[in-house]
Amino acid sequence: MTPMEFLLLVKGPLFTIAVAIFALGLLIRLGEIFALGRAHNYAEARRSEVLPGLRTVYRRFNPDPGTFRRAPFDVVVGMLWHIGFVIALLLFIPHVELIKSTFGIAWPALPNPVVDAVTAITLLGLIAALVHRLTQPVKRFLSTPQDYLIWTVTFLPVLTGYLAYHRLINPYPLAMGLHILSAEIFLIVLPFTKLTHIFTAFVARYYNGAIFGRKGIQS
Amino acid sequence: MTQGANSFSIQRGLNAWREEIDAPVASFFSSCVHCGLCAQACPFFVETGDPKYTPIHKLEPMRLLWEQEYTFWGKLKARLGLKKEITDAMLEEWEPLLYDSCTMCGRCSLVCPVGNDIHYMIRKAREGMVASGHAPEGLVAASVRAVKTGSPMGLQWKTLEVQIKHVETATDLEVPIDKAGADYLVLLSSMEIINFPEYLEAITKIFDHAGVSWTLSRDCFEATNAGVQIGSKDIGAQLVQRVVDAAEKLGVPNVISPECGHAYTGIRWEGPNMIKRAYPFKVFHIIEVLDQLRAEGRIQTEGKEMDRLSMHDPCNLARKSGVVKQQRSLMDLVAGDFIDLEEHGEYQWCCGAGGGVSSNERAEELKLAAFKRKKAQIEQVEPERMVTMCATCRTQLEEGLEEFNMDIPVVGLTEMIADHLVEKEESGKP
Repeated sequence: MTPMEFLLLVKGPLFTIAVAIFALGLLIRLGEIFALGRAHNYAEARRSEVLPGLRTVYRRFNPDPGTFRRAPFDVVVGMLWHIGFVIALLLFIPHVELIKSTFGIAWPALPNPVVDAVTAITLLGLIAALVHRLTQPVKRFLSTPQDYLIWTVTFLPVLTGYLAYHRLINPYPLAMGLHILSAEIFLIVLPFTKLTHIFTAFVARYYNGAIFGRKGIQS
Repeated sequence: MTQGANSFSIQRGLNAWREEIDAPVASFFSSCVHCGLCAQACPFFVETGDPKYTPIHKLEPMRLLWEQEYTFWGKLKARLGLKKEITDAMLEEWEPLLYDSCTMCGRCSLVCPVGNDIHYMIRKAREGMVASGHAPEGLVAASVRAVKTGSPMGLQWKTLEVQIKHVETATDLEVPIDKAGADYLVLLSSMEIINFPEYLEAITKIFDHAGVSWTLSRDCFEATNAGVQIGSKDIGAQLVQRVVDAAEKLGVPNVISPECGHAYTGIRWEGPNMIKRAYPFKVFHIIEVLDQLRAEGRIQTEGKEMDRLSMHDPCNLARKSGVVKQQRSLMDLVAGDFIDLEEHGEYQWCCGAGGGVSSNERAEELKLAAFKRKKAQIEQVEPERMVTMCATCRTQLEEGLEEFNMDIPVVGLTEMIADHLVEKEESGKP
């Protein structure tokens, strides 16, 4: 297979398969959650659940001061690479173009050098997060093979994207093909692993805010 | 209730979990990325440094069941024979994690970045532990006593009656008993009756002062709920039904939960769901009632405590029930030099004794370890006395401070208010 044939394969049929598995898988996962439902609550609420629920979805982006003081590395590194990942994913010119051609919606992108720098920071952040996972006692204790799998699956698209952009893998169609393939692996793995938190964390935060909210606490 | 080992089985435990796993639980387990930040919110981890006390880890057996039976990937793995069995040995290993090292204080639920309400799940996990026979002896004994005698400490009405007589002699006031149609049914906790008899005297004085119509019930004076602590909806429902029956018999529109944390969350939030109907009355913590009376101008105080006071918020009252401002407004009435602990209100640190830990003799050492977080908080602001509004917290603070040779007395807020009431003869001219 030539590099160009490889690129066409990952851009064509493999892409369709990956997106299909992702979409169907995610739908099933969310369906499994909501199908469980919640028991009726007979206790008189102090206030409605909806607003506190939505507020908690937002509030959990900012850790409380005490937690920040006790775990500054977790908070800073975690935020850094999450934000970097989202910027590289959604604000890189070729990605915006891809989204535009696929879904017909577009938004302004960031200049390439900015995304380049953000990507480098994201890679460093991810490496720091991995080192932390391997060394910090609580993280090491909790970690399962899946945690390392999803780290790898998250790291690879960023790494291959960075290498492709800087022409560090040749020929270019191979570099591009590897980048797209790694993104497809990410999509396929997502619904089967805790990568689902990308979506379910918002559901979890809502429930958390709702449960506390009805008792009069903004969580 | 018999507690023979034969009446339990792992299957009953798993069935209890199947009943407990709902959409929030599934969304929580789906979202955990093992970041470990919940450990930083847990006094048991912070003070021992042992990673096994990481809150989310305490839920691993229940998480396994969820994965195996409620996710398509887990179901597939189970079919392929890749299932990790949840065994009695496993639950035995987890028993100290779910009971001895967790007060269900809920602090982890407030800091989890993905939003997992971990204490919500711990409460549910305990249902399966009880059903499979893996609850601590001390809590089982307290539950048995509560069901049999009405009090987790086996306290009888006649003991309370002696105290009532004392209060009546000391105050020259009547303690109303079984007064149908009173505005408030007052409940007590056994620990309060035994350790802090000042409480009953305090509310007798305050309610007389404020002209509140209230009553005790001979049928049910106990507010605490061992079922909530051990994690059994069945026991919990039985106990809360006694409160409901007493309130309905006397036709009271309001029920007051005493200076106790779990009693309040038990009756206020869990009770209606355990008996599966809404109450025909409202439930308040005594602090809510006192603050309401204060706001209505029905409590006239004179003089202030002039030593440096700080306050411990009971988890059940503050973080788990949204009562944070009320105790501070009341402190303003009577405290001249009050300083809050740095992390207080919804972010307060647990005293280390709640959630059944204090009834579980095996947890003694951990209970004291967890207290060190509170101790550090107290040392930071250097109060001369601590004020709180939960008998369990108060006992733990007293014992803990004594253990570390810290001469800081602990007082209940209600009695402090009672000490400053304007004498009745003068109350006409505020």
